[in-house]
Amino acid sequence: MTTTIADRRIEDAGLEAGIARLTPEKIQKTIQAVLAGEGGARLKTYVETCVRCGMCAQACHYYMSHKDPSYAPVAKVRQTMWEILKHKGLVSPEFIHQCAQIAYTECNLCRRCMHYCPLGIDTAYIMSFVRRICHKLGVTPQYIQDTAHSHSATMNQMWVKDDEWIDTLKWQEDEARDEMPSLRIPLEVEGADFMYSVIAPEPKFRTQLIYQAAFIFNQAGVNWTMPATPGWDNSNMAMFTGDMEIMGRIEMAHFATAQRLRVKRIVMGECGHAFRAIYDVANRWLGWGMHPVPVVHSIEFFWELLNSGKIQMAKKYPGPVTIHDPCNVIRGRGLMDKLREVVHAICDGVVEMTPNREHNYCCCAGGGVINCGPPFKNVRIVGNSIKAEQLKATGVKTCIAPCHNCHGGLDDIIHKYGLGMELKFLGDIIYECMEKKGAS
Amino acid sequence: MLELYALAVGPLAWLAFGVFVIGSLARLFSMYSLAKKKDAAFLSYMTWRYSLRSIFHWLIPFGSLGWRENPALTVVTYVFHICLFLVPIFLMSHIVMWDTSFGFTYAALPDGLADGLTVAVMVACLFFAWRRLSLPEVRFVTSTHDWLVLVLVFSTFSTGFLAYHQIGDSLTLTTLHILCGEAMLIAIPFTRLSHMLFGFFSRGYIGSEFGGVRRAKDW
Repeated sequence: MTTTIADRRIEDAGLEAGIARLTPEKIQKTIQAVLAGEGGARLKTYVETCVRCGMCAQACHYYMSHKDPSYAPVAKVRQTMWEILKHKGLVSPEFIHQCAQIAYTECNLCRRCMHYCPLGIDTAYIMSFVRRICHKLGVTPQYIQDTAHSHSATMNQMWVKDDEWIDTLKWQEDEARDEMPSLRIPLEVEGADFMYSVIAPEPKFRTQLIYQAAFIFNQAGVNWTMPATPGWDNSNMAMFTGDMEIMGRIEMAHFATAQRLRVKRIVMGECGHAFRAIYDVANRWLGWGMHPVPVVHSIEFFWELLNSGKIQMAKKYPGPVTIHDPCNVIRGRGLMDKLREVVHAICDGVVEMTPNREHNYCCCAGGGVINCGPPFKNVRIVGNSIKAEQLKATGVKTCIAPCHNCHGGLDDIIHKYGLGMELKFLGDIIYECMEKKGAS
Repeated sequence: MLELYALAVGPLAWLAFGVFVIGSLARLFSMYSLAKKKDAAFLSYMTWRYSLRSIFHWLIPFGSLGWRENPALTVVTYVFHICLFLVPIFLMSHIVMWDTSFGFTYAALPDGLADGLTVAVMVACLFFAWRRLSLPEVRFVTSTHDWLVLVLVFSTFSTGFLAYHQIGDSLTLTTLHILCGEAMLIAIPFTRLSHMLFGFFSRGYIGSEFGGVRRAKDW
């Protein structure tokens, strides 16, 4: 069935309040300013050379789940950027609502379509550009805008206060010392080998991940630290709302914290989008070609720990398991081989999904989509039945996904489609199955 | 009609080739200048190695995920694009024109083969038209512009085919064929046909990003 974005309008407090303040003239003024300031050869080339072949449709999990052409990557561009350019920005507030709904909630910026477009047109970039326009117009979904506000006020995503952060780390240290009496979560150690960074959902509601990481690092005997100041969180929802200014501030604070501590590198938890922010997007926006401090994702760090023998497995996790490849560290960093080596080292029996590696389907939570909150929850769950089929076809009951957003998205489809699967982080399994010599 | 023919093979041919060459160069140059001015931070990631790596994989039939998952389109696209260049450049009647005007000549395709390849281009155009009409995901994004470009290519090859086979009035068809071909040349820098110019750069850029920064393949 063919619909358009107008047929599936969703009410959202942020979007409604945003468009209520707009007129076509105001919209045009802002759009022209954004185009003049930030629209360059990339946008022009992409819009001009797209031959409208529709090959990208099959790349997108939304399209594959709905089989509705209006969800194809090129259709998303047709319903947003092409119209904006055609009308030179003179579009209605309602049209901006549609642009926001498509760009924020119907595209995960996963870049799977790069494997389908012969011309290499980066639809994710075009959707990010539409988000930038929507942000400048003040039309952003309420929930994700709240996280951007939190970033702005607290430098973390979840309104974690400065003292709560330290309290949480000390609390987890306390808890973990029951199991390993010598365990420390070292704060503010200048010159440590690495600064460990987590995203705000960890202290907020996934504290066991901090516990597990601390346990693994202590067992491995590595020289690490965590900051006791804001700048500890490298997650970045401002990157996804189109608020590049706040996006830059967050990662600037993060890199500055690592440099203040004079650490050799930053190791980060199992998060995809934070990795994208620090490895790909914000660092460039701040003017660094690559990174002022090397950035290592958990997958790679666990791979190092296992390969150097710093941690050993007491047993292998009983499989079979399957591996979900998160876009931001696979299409975004090429960690597919290391991820597999780690999983094979810690689990018994791996059943690969099809397609996998760089070609894997997205979890449909990333790109800020899950952060747009309950109004759009069904869209992303129904829009990812293809992923549910992919998971189901493996026939296994455990799925390893080294990314927070992927856990959120996959968890929802596992429940909705009754897959009865269990989701695991690498850290969950390593902590559970490693040799715990330091434990009491 | 004879006057029109003379105009088409004379001044209009110069105009068409001139617009095509100068227009293409101007568009490439202005896009490069714009990229340097507005996208310098991204242009700096472009590398020959990863650009060519990506282009290479995409030039191989079924060499990328997109090609593999669209087998019919892949076959037709390759045949279409190869013929689109082979036929006009290596057709005996075209080489004769070069010889008459400038006195140089080179190896030509056998007439029978060239005829077959021409039919292949026309069939490919019909296939593309069928896709635009029948596949919802293509129809959803198709505009008049896409049809004009397709009709232009089809007209050029079909009038050539008819003229070669002496079907209908030979002079009229030959003149029409030349005019269509010239229109196509002029259209390349200024329409969606410009993917002939820019496609390598957009693919090269994303190839550089995937190769140099993301360390993953993009095919």
